[in-house]
Amino acid sequence: MIPTLAGRLQTRIFLLATVGVVLTALVVPVLPGGSGSLAETYLTAYLILLAAAVAGLGWELLYHLLMQFRWDKDWPTLFGLVTIVPEGLLMWTLLERGLIPGIDGPVPFSTFATMFAVVWTGQWLFANGPMRVLSVQWRLRGGRLF
Amino acid sequence: MPAAQHHDALTPRLIGAPVWHDRMLHEAGIPVHDVPLVSVGGGLGSFTLLDVLRICGVPASAMRVLSNSDTPWQTWEYLTRVSQLPPGERIRSDAGARPDNIWGFPSYAVHEAWRDRSPKLLWQVLVEPVFADFFSPRASTVFATVKREADRIAYGDMLIKGQVRMVRRRDGGGYFTLLTPPPGTSPAKRVAIRSQYVHLAVGYPGLKFLEDLQCFRETYNDYHRVVNAYEPHEHVYEFLKTRPGTVVVRGAGIVASRVLQRLMDDRARYGLQTRIVHLFRTYVTGPHGRGPLMRRKGGDGWAYQAFTFPKSAFGGQLKAQFDRADGLRRAELYKTVGGTTTPKLRRWQEQMRQGREGNWYHPLQAVVHKVEPAPDGRLVSFVSHGDGSPGHHVSDFIIDCTGLEADMPEHRVLADLLEHGGARRNGAGRLTVEKSFEVSGTASGNGALYASGAATAGNHFPAVDSFLGMQTAALDIAADLARRGFCAELGPARSISQWFRWATGRPPA
Repeated sequence: MIPTLAGRLQTRIFLLATVGVVLTALVVPVLPGGSGSLAETYLTAYLILLAAAVAGLGWELLYHLLMQFRWDKDWPTLFGLVTIVPEGLLMWTLLERGLIPGIDGPVPFSTFATMFAVVWTGQWLFANGPMRVLSVQWRLRGGRLF
Repeated sequence: MPAAQHHDALTPRLIGAPVWHDRMLHEAGIPVHDVPLVSVGGGLGSFTLLDVLRICGVPASAMRVLSNSDTPWQTWEYLTRVSQLPPGERIRSDAGARPDNIWGFPSYAVHEAWRDRSPKLLWQVLVEPVFADFFSPRASTVFATVKREADRIAYGDMLIKGQVRMVRRRDGGGYFTLLTPPPGTSPAKRVAIRSQYVHLAVGYPGLKFLEDLQCFRETYNDYHRVVNAYEPHEHVYEFLKTRPGTVVVRGAGIVASRVLQRLMDDRARYGLQTRIVHLFRTYVTGPHGRGPLMRRKGGDGWAYQAFTFPKSAFGGQLKAQFDRADGLRRAELYKTVGGTTTPKLRRWQEQMRQGREGNWYHPLQAVVHKVEPAPDGRLVSFVSHGDGSPGHHVSDFIIDCTGLEADMPEHRVLADLLEHGGARRNGAGRLTVEKSFEVSGTASGNGALYASGAATAGNHFPAVDSFLGMQTAALDIAADLARRGFCAELGPARSISQWFRWATGRPPA
């Protein structure tokens, strides 16, 4: 990908709000480790998604800075996949310390990891393919949708 | 029909008039045909625009391509083949740049991986460019997929063969494009196409020769030993198979890399003793640029870059910067990111390393002053080396890899447009275009004249001479035409439905 900063931020929000929301809806009923009601799990999952979106905007600023050291000013496909590690770790740390507003009880690691991996992979696959069909111009203007 | 109609002559009155009235053509006896849009060129630039417009709902009957070429890939195939890129070799282009597929999905990497049942290609595109070279499609993949798309959009039905002489504005709006059909195919020597819209994608006017080499060729009438990489020069490689020889290679771009690869491949394959003297006018010794945020890789003479521009110039940050910049800043940006480059491919690096170690590949910084024949018929290049010391290099052949002619007015249609059509040159000597790729100063009533490809370099978008660049231009032209009511907008719904039509091989609708 060859994102601009505006493109990064717009794409991040758009993908979480579409692919992220749909995949979360699909994956929650089959998440492992859950003990509460389905409604509670949904609430927790969407709060995590929201927190990931907010934190993601900060991550994008960092990625954009790092990208400036690349001559091509590109963001290789692989980077988009492996950044699940730092972002996932941060989100898990925030969860563990109870720093995500609205989530009181503990969330099992398997629940979090499964949801995060499914949503992340789904978004990454979507951004590297079908997104180009949804908007022909998207990849030609640095990931900007507007 | 009046007798005058049989003259079909390009009268002095027509030649001298920047704007033609319908009556003038009638009096000159030149038959006039109507079509809403014509694209002049018939290469990949024309193909890409017509492809996008067909996807935007324009029927094939509303558009014509005027060209000498039978297929849109004909010129490109010729140039790649003679410059040592046979169909099976990989071109210098990104996986997502598919002239046959404006969405770039699935990419050429997925296409080839599926076709060849090769997960290795998927792995390459996943880990590029960090753990592998950039994936690039084979030239043959491009030919085959463009052919499929050309058939799908009925390209053949839109093609009119012939030589375009000029495009002139029409009194009352639109344009006349004057065409000379191939001999024997038309009762008229010339015909005029009257259209509201014209698109020019005429490519490069010709080959560019280094001055000293052109001087040698003309002085000694020797077109055998001094060759341009873009003209057929297979005899060089055949000669070297028969006896040991020395070749001087001039140039530092992708074509120089490919010529070196051919010489080195042949050397290894046939056990040859070929010596290669590679003369760099600018010898790059290492990474270079303004600072840590703008540093390009380089070394052993070359400036390294995966594609013709940094990748983001095709659609990311650099594209946005060029787009926003004023004239001065833009020129500065061109200076920073432009220049001759070649990809740093692992295979080429290994070949050159072997050559340097084996003392048969000699990369040197040198400015050539003149080339003269030696008494034994070979060539002597008189040079100044990087340290200023004079020297000379004797060789059996010189291969000029410095590229294609970039002086656009060398092209007859563009020259006429500059002289009579209101077009003007930009700082880079090419056509000045608006952001919609409409050629500035050429508007004619309700008509518009657009250009794409190499002729439009030096404007708001740098990567015009590339697959993705031609698609960018085509999409921007289509958006402008949609605004004018010529075609539908390519919004999400149309894009998705048209992609499915593409995927299932059904014609656009």
